[in-house]
Amino acid sequence: MDLKDLYQQLILDHGKNPRNLGKFENFNKDAKGHNPLCGDKVHVYLKLDENKKISDIKFEGEGCAISMASASIMTELMKNKEEPEVKELIDDFLKMIKDSPELNSKIISEDEKTKLMSLSGVKKYPMRVKCATLPWHTLVSAMTDKPGEVNTEKDD
Amino acid sequence: MNIKDIKKEFPIFDNKVHNNDLVYLDSANSSQKPKVVVDRIYDFYTKEFSNVGRSVHYLAVAATNLYENTRVLVQKYINAKDPNEIVFTKGATEAINLVANTFGQKYLKEGDEILITELEHHSNYVPWHYLRKSKGVKINFADVDENGDINIESIEKKITPKTKILAITHLSNVTGAILPVKEIIQLAHSKNIPVLVDGCQGAPHLKLDMQDLDCDFYAISCHKMYGPTGLGVLYAKKKWLEELPPYQGGGGMIGEVKKEGITFGDLPNKYEAGTMATAQVIAFGESINFINKLGIEKIEEHERELTKYGEEILRKNNSVKLIGSPKNKGSVLSFTLDGVHPHDIATILDEDGVAIRAGHHCCQILHEKLGLAATARASLGVYNTKDDLDQLNSSINKCIKIFNS
Ligand SMILES: Cc1ncc(COP(=O)(O)O)c(C=O)c1O
Repeated sequence: MDLKDLYQQLILDHGKNPRNLGKFENFNKDAKGHNPLCGDKVHVYLKLDENKKISDIKFEGEGCAISMASASIMTELMKNKEEPEVKELIDDFLKMIKDSPELNSKIISEDEKTKLMSLSGVKKYPMRVKCATLPWHTLVSAMTDKPGEVNTEKDD
Repeated sequence: MNIKDIKKEFPIFDNKVHNNDLVYLDSANSSQKPKVVVDRIYDFYTKEFSNVGRSVHYLAVAATNLYENTRVLVQKYINAKDPNEIVFTKGATEAINLVANTFGQKYLKEGDEILITELEHHSNYVPWHYLRKSKGVKINFADVDENGDINIESIEKKITPKTKILAITHLSNVTGAILPVKEIIQLAHSKNIPVLVDGCQGAPHLKLDMQDLDCDFYAISCHKMYGPTGLGVLYAKKKWLEELPPYQGGGGMIGEVKKEGITFGDLPNKYEAGTMATAQVIAFGESINFINKLGIEKIEEHERELTKYGEEILRKNNSVKLIGSPKNKGSVLSFTLDGVHPHDIATILDEDGVAIRAGHHCCQILHEKLGLAATARASLGVYNTKDDLDQLNSSINKCIKIFNS
């Protein structure tokens, strides 16, 4: 059944108890994302160290189980990744959500891939895809110092 | 009223949603359409089509008569004094924009105040907002109370000598509060303030009488009244339609057009520029006939009973928190669930064929006041039954089960 795919145990767990929730003192990059249609909000904070590595990442937000789980899993995977790896992972994830059946990136383990694939259930729910992608677009915005807020209804 | 028979008049219920019967609880957003309305659109295009008001041939005359016939049906439905007080628009949104724009242009100046409420739909706030910039007016908000209600005192408190117009909803699309509009209008008129009522949720559910209510403007959304999309009605007292400037310019709304100047047409043409939503207007006549055949009082009674039943079963469900317990509640059951976000609720309910809405329902001011980013909303129409509400409740229990497993 599709609902079981969407609300897998892992999603429900991360949705209810998001990891890396909160803010930390010495972040040097951050961005906000907002889906005005449903009210989901996320604020990503990260510290990019001198080697362009994410030494810490956290998020604040409120929203549905899908968006919270997505932010939670994303922050777990991004910790200690270097900038090119971050980019690769984001691209890989967004491609998978859009049309690719699987993740191709070699920089995460099979277990981590399985974890990330737990978000693939949204593909059958077009109205919910934006819930899963909002934190990722917000991370892009933080990494690239894009001014303003990510708005799901404004970018394509 | 036999609801089973009424439901049969709506072809949409012949379809399955995810292999389940459709339980449609999103009528505050838009109602479903009875077959008579759908057929009327088909018949008009296949047998009677012509543009209205411009040609003298047989079809044009017949189409014009049908179009004007709906105007009279609307007039009678809301008991307006004169059919020329009925203006067709593209929706309630355009009806409110028409008033904000023309009234603002003619009567408002810097420092003037517009009074609305915290319950308003974006459609009854954003059109007024433009006047902040263009005219330097101020918008005040009457406070909603902890029951999601607006009483006459909260309006009175916010009226000042600078208040130039009052714009209020008849029935809140989130809390279901039915405002004491008649008393509010009397109060405003005693201070010479005209009143616009956003009747989007009033017109489909409550018996209306414009002459008794005495409001200056009343906005209606036809697609929430078992009618076609792309159509709304503005009721306005004749003196306003005569005094206010035209809204849009174009064909049909003119008197004489010369190089050195233009005069405008008589009512109601003055406000209906260009080719109108002809088929929709004609089909909307069938929506009114449909409502009249059942009787709006009967519909009101049926929906009141259902609302009460829905409140009862949802209150018994310990995980559900109902949003809004106004004194007078109509057809809307908004709620939240402990630990389940409204969007997750809506997705899980949809799997059972239960259609509700989740989000801020175009009322961000109210949601901010409630301290909620989103709510789930079940809203009722004439075709709903207690079984629908029982199904809602059992699907809600399924959400709880999924999220607590
Ligand atoms: C209270 C209220 N006002 C205004 C509107 C806007 O109506 P429409 O979109 O038909 O113009 C709605 C419909 O969503 C509503 O519920």
